[in-house]
Amino acid sequence: MVLVMAIGDLHIPHRAMELPAKFKSMLVPGKIQHIICTGNLCIKEVHDYLKSLCPNLHVTRGVYDEDARYPETETLTIEQFKLGLCHGHKVVPWGDLDSLAMVQRQLDVDILVSGHTHRFMAYKHETGMVINPGSATGSYCGMTYDVNPSIVLMDIDGLRVVVYVYELIDGEVKVEKIDFKKTSATT
Amino acid sequence: MMISDAMEDEEKWLAEGIAGIQHNAFYMHRALDSNNLREALKYSAQLLSELRTSRLSPHKYYELCNLLFNFNMRAFDELRKLEIFFKEEERHGCSVVDLYELVQHAGNILPRLYLLCTVGSVYIKSKEAPAKDVLKDLVEMCRGVQHPIRGLFLRSYLAQISRDKLPDIGSEYEGDDDTVMDAVEFVLQNFSEMNKLWVRMEHQGPARVRDKMEKERNELRDLVIQHLDLVRVDGLVVGKNLHVLSQIEGIDLDLYKETVLPRVLEQVFPDEYHLQTLETLLGACPQLQPTVDIKTVLSQLMERLSSYAASSPEVLPEFLQVEAFAKLSSAIGKVIETQGDMPIVGAITLYVSLLTFTLRVHPERLDYVDQVLGLCVKKLANKPKLEDSRATKQVVALLSAPLEKYSDIVTSLTLSNYPRVMDHLDNGTNKIMAVVIIQSIMTNHAYVSSADKVEVLFELIKGLIKDLEGDSEDELDEEDFNEEQNSVSRVIHVLYNDDPEEMLKIICTVRKHIMTGGPRRLPFTIPPLVFSALKLVRRLQNQDGDVSGEENPATPRKIFQLLNQIIEALSYVPSPELALRLYLQCAEPAPGVEAANDCDLEPVAYEFFTQAFVLYEEEIADSKAQVTAIHLIIGTLQRTNVFGVENRDTLTHKATGYSAKLLKKPDQCRAVYACSHLFWVDDHDGIKDGERVLLCLKRSLRIANAAQQMASVARGSSGPVTLFVEILNKYIQFQKQKGGAMGEKFDTIKV
Repeated sequence: MVLVMAIGDLHIPHRAMELPAKFKSMLVPGKIQHIICTGNLCIKEVHDYLKSLCPNLHVTRGVYDEDARYPETETLTIEQFKLGLCHGHKVVPWGDLDSLAMVQRQLDVDILVSGHTHRFMAYKHETGMVINPGSATGSYCGMTYDVNPSIVLMDIDGLRVVVYVYELIDGEVKVEKIDFKKTSATT
Repeated sequence: MMISDAMEDEEKWLAEGIAGIQHNAFYMHRALDSNNLREALKYSAQLLSELRTSRLSPHKYYELCNLLFNFNMRAFDELRKLEIFFKEEERHGCSVVDLYELVQHAGNILPRLYLLCTVGSVYIKSKEAPAKDVLKDLVEMCRGVQHPIRGLFLRSYLAQISRDKLPDIGSEYEGDDDTVMDAVEFVLQNFSEMNKLWVRMEHQGPARVRDKMEKERNELRDLVIQHLDLVRVDGLVVGKNLHVLSQIEGIDLDLYKETVLPRVLEQVFPDEYHLQTLETLLGACPQLQPTVDIKTVLSQLMERLSSYAASSPEVLPEFLQVEAFAKLSSAIGKVIETQGDMPIVGAITLYVSLLTFTLRVHPERLDYVDQVLGLCVKKLANKPKLEDSRATKQVVALLSAPLEKYSDIVTSLTLSNYPRVMDHLDNGTNKIMAVVIIQSIMTNHAYVSSADKVEVLFELIKGLIKDLEGDSEDELDEEDFNEEQNSVSRVIHVLYNDDPEEMLKIICTVRKHIMTGGPRRLPFTIPPLVFSALKLVRRLQNQDGDVSGEENPATPRKIFQLLNQIIEALSYVPSPELALRLYLQCAEPAPGVEAANDCDLEPVAYEFFTQAFVLYEEEIADSKAQVTAIHLIIGTLQRTNVFGVENRDTLTHKATGYSAKLLKKPDQCRAVYACSHLFWVDDHDGIKDGERVLLCLKRSLRIANAAQQMASVARGSSGPVTLFVEILNKYIQFQKQKGGAMGEKFDTIKV
């Protein structure tokens, strides 16, 4: 059982002051094994904070990130799953599932995590999943109105992953759960 | 080493002293058992002689004394045994009067006085003479011992044995005259003699010896506090004496005011008394010698009074009634005046104490708080910038106190003297203080919701907003600078008001200030302001409100104009990549808004795109940056449905053109097929031009072919096959969407 947190589009300090207090209190160091971040942190302070929660931090480059060294895409294998990560601003049209599915096939991953739209989304199809953890701070986005802060936690266990999405709606954290099973092991 | 030798010696002397006491005690007990007064007196005198030593430090001396008169329990100490013996006249046959005379024959003064006190205790109990007479005699006789340590312990013993024998009202020792006064008189005299001994300890001998004295003094004070059940006041020994005084029933308020208080400057008495007599108490302060640490006394008094206020809120009206604040304030003023050579840190420390008092007792009286700050400003008036680091620390404490007390930053912003105090800090500390202010705002999640208050806030944090006079360029560490600026960035998000007009004013105020920041700061401060403004636009676009009533209504158009100007400032940095992103951000339409609303925004959006293209053409030279930039342009354009045909054509033409001109062929290929989406938007009235989609894809294919050829020429390999796969994906994607409407114009693909 491996816990992976997917988070992104915080946009600190350009669009948000800080992570919502309710999320901050949920995130305790040492509980999560991997953090994958779609990008747009944007400053070193945020990077350091995420690193303090979990040393296995993977970040891909967003539009406004201060650090130019983050890669465009990243892949990692956890248990029986191959995960892919990219910010998504280079995938046109933005948020388009078919285009994202292409990236997923390109990277040859089971689960693609990308951001940019600030809208949480988890889309299943028979070969895999496309997940967007939304914006952890609920910051302004040109394409999405009324953004609620959201983060995603994935519990990966062998061939099965349970995706928990935490959304902050009207000051309360609401959780939803999505199950996904792989049909066959990774070759 | 000298010190450990000395310590070893001391241990030795103590051991010798204890042995001496035990030796003589043995014989004394024998004498007591056999009712032999003569022997008892002889051995008790010898025993007490051990206390004549001057070789022991206070702690060790205490250990010695403890054998003779236990400070807390009078159960098993030697002198107690002696006292009991003295009392039982039938055992020794000597009347107490005679006994009192007899013990005065003891050879040395210290044993003599201890014995005298012990007999005195019995004497008073016998009631053969008025308590006050005996007490007066004793307190005067003890003057014979002027050695500080020995004298202090002796008088402590006197205080202890006399405690339950004071002629108070209702006590069995009450006499004919005004007995309460006598009791008071005795206690006070003993106390003041102890003070003198204490002071002597400080001033004895040359400097080097004085240091030792200071150490001993501190030791003694700590000892005295621990074991003798005392209250501590710097510089003053507060003995059992005063604790006892406070227990005397007969002292009422008037007596206290007239007699006791003028002689005592300490805090064992109930707080109400202190409050009521504040004027007299404070009147005494400026007259004290500068060596008396008046600051501490006053601070402790204020501390005490504020704890009192905190614990019993019902007495708050009394504070107002006696005008505590005014009195304290003027007393401090007088003290500072009379002690002209008091260093600046001393004065500011007093103000910090006064401010703490005010915040605790009268938190709602912002005028008082402001007054204290004003006093500080006056004091600092002659010096331009503070240089003493301790004084600076105190000023920071002064400024931080209201921030901690008031969770709403706006309250602190109303204190008119606050910025004036800040002005006296040196640049470095000014910036630190500014960060403290910002952190206070962030911790308390407080909003600043009017343009006026924003103005005040920016005035306070101006050290972060722009270069101050005297700032030097190279001083600043880059990381620190970034952190500073990031905190300014973050604070911009709490400047907010629901009312659009006020919000626009706030945005204009912020803009005015950040523009003074110079090229180093603009990349940090402009983005949050831009997004703040975009959020306002969105709010306006979504509300149906009628703006006709407003004088100067906030409209999206106005805000976009403002945004244009703001982003333009980035050209001074220069920061073309950031500017391009922000222009595109502004060009993006609000989702879910009726197209009708957007109609008059078409030229605005067009202008933003144009600016973005200009930057792309002229400023962005790095190939990687270009790739990202063009994708951002394409992505934004793809979603923008506000343009009429002509404008749209111009922009898409440009986009595809630039895409094809990227440095590397694979990049070109990808950008061009991304452009294919520009001609097919899946909205109900979006463009759906299958022909042009195909044209794009074909063009992309041509580029891929060319890339492949180049690769095989250069490396003999098959080159970027993935490009073909990607293009195929796109074909399929469009096929799916159009359901065959696109036609079957597939080309064969070389794999």
